[in-house]
Amino acid sequence: MLSAEEIDGFRDEGASPVTPPDGPVIDARGLELVFQTNDGPVHALNDVNLQISKGDFVSFIGPSGCGKTTLLRAIAALETPTDGQLMVNGMTPDAARRSRAYGYVFQAAGLYPWRTIAANVKLPLEIMGFDKAEQERRAADVLRLVDLEGFERKYPWQLSGGMQQRASIARALAFDADILLMDEPFGALDEIVRDHLNEQLLKLWERTEKTIAFVTHSIPEAVYLSTRIVVMSPRPGRITDVIDSPLPRERPLDIRDTPEFLAVAHRVREGLRAGHAYD
Amino acid sequence: MRDHVGPVLTVIAAILAVWYGAAVWMNAAWTQQQAARAGTTVSLSEILADTMQQDRPRLPAPHQVAVELWETTAEKKVTSKRSLVYHGWITLSATLLGFAIGTGLGMLLAVGIVHSRAMDMSVMPWAIASQTIPILAIAPMIIVVLNSVGVSGLLPKAIISAYLSFFPVVVGMVKGLRSPDVAQLDLLRTYNASRAQMFWRLRLPASLPYLFTSLKVGIAASLVGAIVGELPTGAVAGLGARLLAGSYYGQTVQIWSALIGAAVLAGLLVGLIGLVQRVTLRRMGLAR
Ligand SMILES: Nc1ncnc2c1ncn2[C@@H]1O[C@H](COP(=O)(O)OP(=O)(O)O)[C@@H](O)[C@H]1O
Ligand SMILES: [Mg+2]
Repeated sequence: MLSAEEIDGFRDEGASPVTPPDGPVIDARGLELVFQTNDGPVHALNDVNLQISKGDFVSFIGPSGCGKTTLLRAIAALETPTDGQLMVNGMTPDAARRSRAYGYVFQAAGLYPWRTIAANVKLPLEIMGFDKAEQERRAADVLRLVDLEGFERKYPWQLSGGMQQRASIARALAFDADILLMDEPFGALDEIVRDHLNEQLLKLWERTEKTIAFVTHSIPEAVYLSTRIVVMSPRPGRITDVIDSPLPRERPLDIRDTPEFLAVAHRVREGLRAGHAYD
Repeated sequence: MRDHVGPVLTVIAAILAVWYGAAVWMNAAWTQQQAARAGTTVSLSEILADTMQQDRPRLPAPHQVAVELWETTAEKKVTSKRSLVYHGWITLSATLLGFAIGTGLGMLLAVGIVHSRAMDMSVMPWAIASQTIPILAIAPMIIVVLNSVGVSGLLPKAIISAYLSFFPVVVGMVKGLRSPDVAQLDLLRTYNASRAQMFWRLRLPASLPYLFTSLKVGIAASLVGAIVGELPTGAVAGLGARLLAGSYYGQTVQIWSALIGAAVLAGLLVGLIGLVQRVTLRRMGLAR
């Protein structure tokens, strides 16, 4: 992987991080986001307060419609909050995007069918203006990271769903952003593939020391992956509980049978139930 | 491929049978009139034989058209005014020029429509309206107006041809350029991509399958436009001229061979685009 200096070298002038090294990477205070729709306003996010530190693996869990996607999109500057403060790397989300602070992984892999796997991974690099040799080198690096060496010249349809999603993760990693935003990336995959990818994602997180914000529907997935679990509930979308995981960073798959794991899962389930209680 | 041969041959055989039947039925009256005028009677077999070989039949028999086609293609020099290849080339050149103009115009309009709300609101209704005007009504006007400013020959025909072919290209290309979904566009926004980058890397490649489908419709429309454009020119050359001259002099065999020639040309052009489509999409990894 690249050193910090090398990465900073690629960044725009004037957009270099102003956050002190130990400040929160993502900092939301009193965040509100209201969509104006034909049926009146929808409170997608209501008074969201959250600090995510560097190197955290934070999962967002909650029933659908509770604003998980909206929160991630606001962090990515794809939605604009209607009130409150949101900082990413000490900058506005827009400035953070320009400084390539994050890579975004959508639920659908969204690979371009007319590009090979390697060319798909190079897409952000082309847009950001990396030179050809650098594109080659980085594509090879990240494809190795997600275990897709040897598939460079294949087209997306020649790969399984799980492999396609790994390629899309490689694409988000290619420009070496410090933050990875993932919106139900494994939601469409079957349980076995998902287990495998969870394990790989943890390894990748450990190796790259990225900060990951991860949206999921699955309690075991959230507990297995995260250092912190943010439980949300809908109407209006809000945070009802934030759980700091007592699990060690080293997590074999069978950690899911330990009492500690089950205790955290239990607390998440309680939080989800509480959020639903008034319905 | 092989499983297509049987059905295709069956259909051709059926068409030929109907055609021969219709030829006998439509041409028999003339044979009988001639006989009545001469005061003779004709037997059924004589009628049958005569309907197959009249000089100016109402409906020429297939073999008459085939003979005419052979004589006017293989047996004439391609530079001869009597060669169907010569006339076909005249029409083809107008078709290709018109197709190029129409396709270029159509693509430009589509790009404008997709990128500008104002163009979307203003251009599309006009494009649709343009196609509701019968081409037969507008073609002579275009020819006459252009002639009066000294433009004649290939270009006026090409413009009529472009007039017909730009529309399917606009419609298909707009649909194609809009085919990327929100997630695909959002992905590019997270890279801070410019609109130009979005166009070249996402919208344009995504539109190609749609574009090719439109081009097939467009090239056929171009050919029709070129032929229609030849009708009011006083018709000296081109498939349209052959049609017109044929109808002036009651040369039905000539009309039908020009029609078949036009159909074959259309088939070749559409097939050629299909070939380019297959090769392009396969090289892009879009065809399996
Ligand atoms: N673009 C939008 N316009 C209007 N309402 C929206 C829009 N996006 C999301 N919403 C609404 O905001 C709420 C939160 O949606 P979302 O963040 O997608 O939830 P989740 O990802 O947790 O399922 C939902 O009620 C949804 O209908
Ligand atoms: Mg969602």
